[in-house]
Amino acid sequence: MVTKTNAEINDDLLRPVFHTSWRFWVAAVVLSLGVVAAYATFFYQISAGFGITGINRPVFWGFYVTNFVFWIGISHAGTLISAILRLANATWRRPVTRCAEVITVFALSIGALFPIIHLGRPWLFFWLLPYPNGRLLWPNFRSPLLWDCFAILTYLTGSLAFLLLPVIPDWALIRDKSSGWRKRLYTALAFGWSGTGRQWHRLEAAMHIMAIVIIPVAVSVHTIVSWDFAMAPVPMWHSTIFGPYFVAGAIFSGIAALIIAMSGLRKFLHLEEYLQPVHFDNLGKLLLMMSLLWLYFVFAERLTVWYGNEPAEMAVFLSTQRGPFAPLFWAMVFCNFLIPFPLLAIKKLRTIAGTTLAACTIVVGMWLERFLIIVPSLSHKYLPYAWGSYRPTWAELTITGGTFTGMVLLYLLFAKFVPIISIWELKLGSRHRAPEGLLEIVPVEEPLSDELPDLDSDAALEDL
Amino acid sequence: MSNLKAIYGIYPDPEAAERAHMALQVTFKYFGGEALGIEVVSSEPFDEYEFGRLGQRTSMPWIAALGGLVGGVGGYFLTAFTQRAYPLPTGGMPLSPHWTNGIITYELTMLGAILATLGTLAVATHVPGRRSPLADPAVAEGKIVVGVRNPPESVRVEIERALRSAGAESVVCRSDEDPS
Repeated sequence: MVTKTNAEINDDLLRPVFHTSWRFWVAAVVLSLGVVAAYATFFYQISAGFGITGINRPVFWGFYVTNFVFWIGISHAGTLISAILRLANATWRRPVTRCAEVITVFALSIGALFPIIHLGRPWLFFWLLPYPNGRLLWPNFRSPLLWDCFAILTYLTGSLAFLLLPVIPDWALIRDKSSGWRKRLYTALAFGWSGTGRQWHRLEAAMHIMAIVIIPVAVSVHTIVSWDFAMAPVPMWHSTIFGPYFVAGAIFSGIAALIIAMSGLRKFLHLEEYLQPVHFDNLGKLLLMMSLLWLYFVFAERLTVWYGNEPAEMAVFLSTQRGPFAPLFWAMVFCNFLIPFPLLAIKKLRTIAGTTLAACTIVVGMWLERFLIIVPSLSHKYLPYAWGSYRPTWAELTITGGTFTGMVLLYLLFAKFVPIISIWELKLGSRHRAPEGLLEIVPVEEPLSDELPDLDSDAALEDL
Repeated sequence: MSNLKAIYGIYPDPEAAERAHMALQVTFKYFGGEALGIEVVSSEPFDEYEFGRLGQRTSMPWIAALGGLVGGVGGYFLTAFTQRAYPLPTGGMPLSPHWTNGIITYELTMLGAILATLGTLAVATHVPGRRSPLADPAVAEGKIVVGVRNPPESVRVEIERALRSAGAESVVCRSDEDPS
């Protein structure tokens, strides 16, 4: 076990804030190029129209809505997991929570962009917001798209607060340890935080309340995203299982994204002593459970469709089992279950490299799953003469790629300005005592003394 | 003559800070004053110590619940009234359906609770606001500051003595003229 003094913890975790390597600038420039390309494509799309995309009749939703569902799903890792671990008082959570919460805020922000990118006139997106206009015409509150708007705004507000509240004491620490422009910046960001007992108590109380509130909000967000589909009488969408199916899938992909982020941070920020194998092992077990749950949902959904043998639904079903979408479907099964299951189930393989590899395949698999929910159903609607197909164009691929590079860029910039591991929570954890009424469990590696009873003897068994 | 804003001692560990906190309480009790201005500043919470429990009681959960209630009621009226203000064709379905309005009501309930929590936190901690006069750069090095805000001039010597007796590395007096 590694023990560190407070000064060493400060030095380790503030190093990325105070020192900038050339690698940072190279990575930032390369990633920015991807983002610039995506923005340029988006503005070209506004200028040229949706004809430059592969979206067509009847497949009106393609890569953009796939990305929307995917990124909203990825956003479920952070705040939800962090809130659950915080309420459960899991002590191993401390180095992990901020890495996770950042994913939520950025993935949610990126996900929320896609409905706007998907609009024909994106500059009118604010029509979704409820405000009284000249004709007293309000948004249609019966529309699932408006539910999305409210759910995402609530979740983004809560997640942003959940992320930034515990950052304030760390910003105050940087303020006190820096000089020049950095001191001025962090003095503004620290909001006058002093660290009085009253401030600590209120902060912890607020975090506790936020954790309680954010869990049902997170569940509601992806349930509502699933209702974008389930409310429509489209084959294989109109299903009661979609809510929990989407939530489980979101947590699944979110944990995978968290493991990838932790693995990258560990390597590039040299946080080996903080993000330890036990964190990957614990998250790997959670990922294994979610992989099994995902398989259960896929099986339950598909069995019901197959047994019902309803022609319109069977057309979609067969297109994914042995039709044009079959390669993607079976690739999804490989990525989400067949590859990760042994990597996560066998203890010897559940290493940092093993869990990261499993997480990478799961992220790919979950993106395919989102695609396979949307496109096969739209391309096989009720009347066979209206069937169609979909193939993405360079525009959709560029914007999709741009969001991935954008996510990494945002993460990189965040890790540059904020300690990616909560310093005060880590210090608190390092001297944590067992609360009153609970046993403090001390691991014992060797027998305490020679006086321990010989459990093989008959006398000892009688005593027991 | 400048007014004294704070007197505080800087302590290397929580045990010493605990002794200082108790010494200040005894001093105030002995000299008849109320120990209202005692404050502890640290770079991390110390809930397991007596001094770490100063000002622990809070009505924040109740205010959050009230915020949720206000948000929920607001959400219900927002949906119900606006649907009636400009009735849209619903094909025989209710003009103001409770099932779908419930979703907006739910989200605004949660948003109300979140905003109420943030508002209460801002008011209770004075963040954003000015730093405490006890804030000292030594806190960033892991030291703990224990002291008194706006101490009465009459007990200044006794407070300093109490802080030193508890093992303070140094005792600092801040007046109005000092930059905070």
